[in-house]
Amino acid sequence: MGEVIVVTSGKGGVGKTTTTANIGTGLAALGKKVVLVDTDIGLRNLDVVLGLENRIVYDIVDVTEGNCRLKQALIKDKRFDDRLFLLPAAQTKDKTAISEQQMKDLCATLKQDFDFVIIDCPAGIEQGFKNAIAGAEKSLVVTTPEVAAVRDADRIIGLLEAAELPEPQLIINRIRPAMVKQGDMMDIDDMIDILAVNLLGVVPEDEKIVVSTNKGEPAVLDQESRAGEAYRNISRRLTGEEVPLMNLEVNENLVSRLKKLFGFGK
Amino acid sequence: MFDFLQNILGKEKNTSKNVAKERLRLVLVHDRSNVSPHILEALKEDMIKVISNYMEIDEEALEVSLSNEEDSVALVANIPILKMKRNYQG
Repeated sequence: MGEVIVVTSGKGGVGKTTTTANIGTGLAALGKKVVLVDTDIGLRNLDVVLGLENRIVYDIVDVTEGNCRLKQALIKDKRFDDRLFLLPAAQTKDKTAISEQQMKDLCATLKQDFDFVIIDCPAGIEQGFKNAIAGAEKSLVVTTPEVAAVRDADRIIGLLEAAELPEPQLIINRIRPAMVKQGDMMDIDDMIDILAVNLLGVVPEDEKIVVSTNKGEPAVLDQESRAGEAYRNISRRLTGEEVPLMNLEVNENLVSRLKKLFGFGK
Repeated sequence: MFDFLQNILGKEKNTSKNVAKERLRLVLVHDRSNVSPHILEALKEDMIKVISNYMEIDEEALEVSLSNEEDSVALVANIPILKMKRNYQG
């Protein structure tokens, strides 16, 4: 029996879909059987981040409306034999096309066949959010070190607690160590202190994410990517392994040292 | 060491990170309190019980709210007194 995890944030654009794609791919790379569910009906994006957009035939609404069997709608990621699947959102319907009960039933069915069911939640706190969390047993909250994102994360944490999900775990995305050092960006401790939740991982800002999204190949598979490394660590933590936080500062220094060495520095 | 120097020079306080934290702290006091108006209501009832031991108050006109003043958040209670109790029996 698998585990159903919902990836939330409240605010849009902080990296929910990127996080979902990378954690899911990371878990599959660790040998786990994973299904990713896109619940952002009307604004689906998980398919393009994973590079699976050309293979969609049926979607989540087709499944709940009985137009197809669940197995027919699951798209297999060929990079991982039979371990990574996507259940895409519908693009032409809206959030009311699915009910909370239908999501509960869907999650209960999926977790019988998969080790991890990871749900990509839409931004906002309306029906789409309620559907996304309906069948979840565990929740992750993604935020960035900005006032608006942390504020929305706090609201989401309150709503997750009200829905009686166990304590959410925090992922701090797009942190920029150099700015933190200058005192121009909130650091990890500041955000944990304000939100009072457990930390699951910290993902540094990384231009490689843009490149990987362009290609439809999650950064977690790129051994050179710093964000990819952070996502590999997060995936391992989700399997129960204890992995220390990656040292953000050391690499920063290494880069500037190399730059100086080659004469690019100031 | 760098942080220590910044502290000495008083620069630490003015970093934009600290401005962000302070603004967040205030906005969250409000956001979080808005989620549970019933807590304010329960507090109001408890206050009426306690104060009524000492004086007669206008329960209808009593107001309790959170207010934002400069850089702090305060619980503000406006409690009209109708009559003082002459012989308070502790």
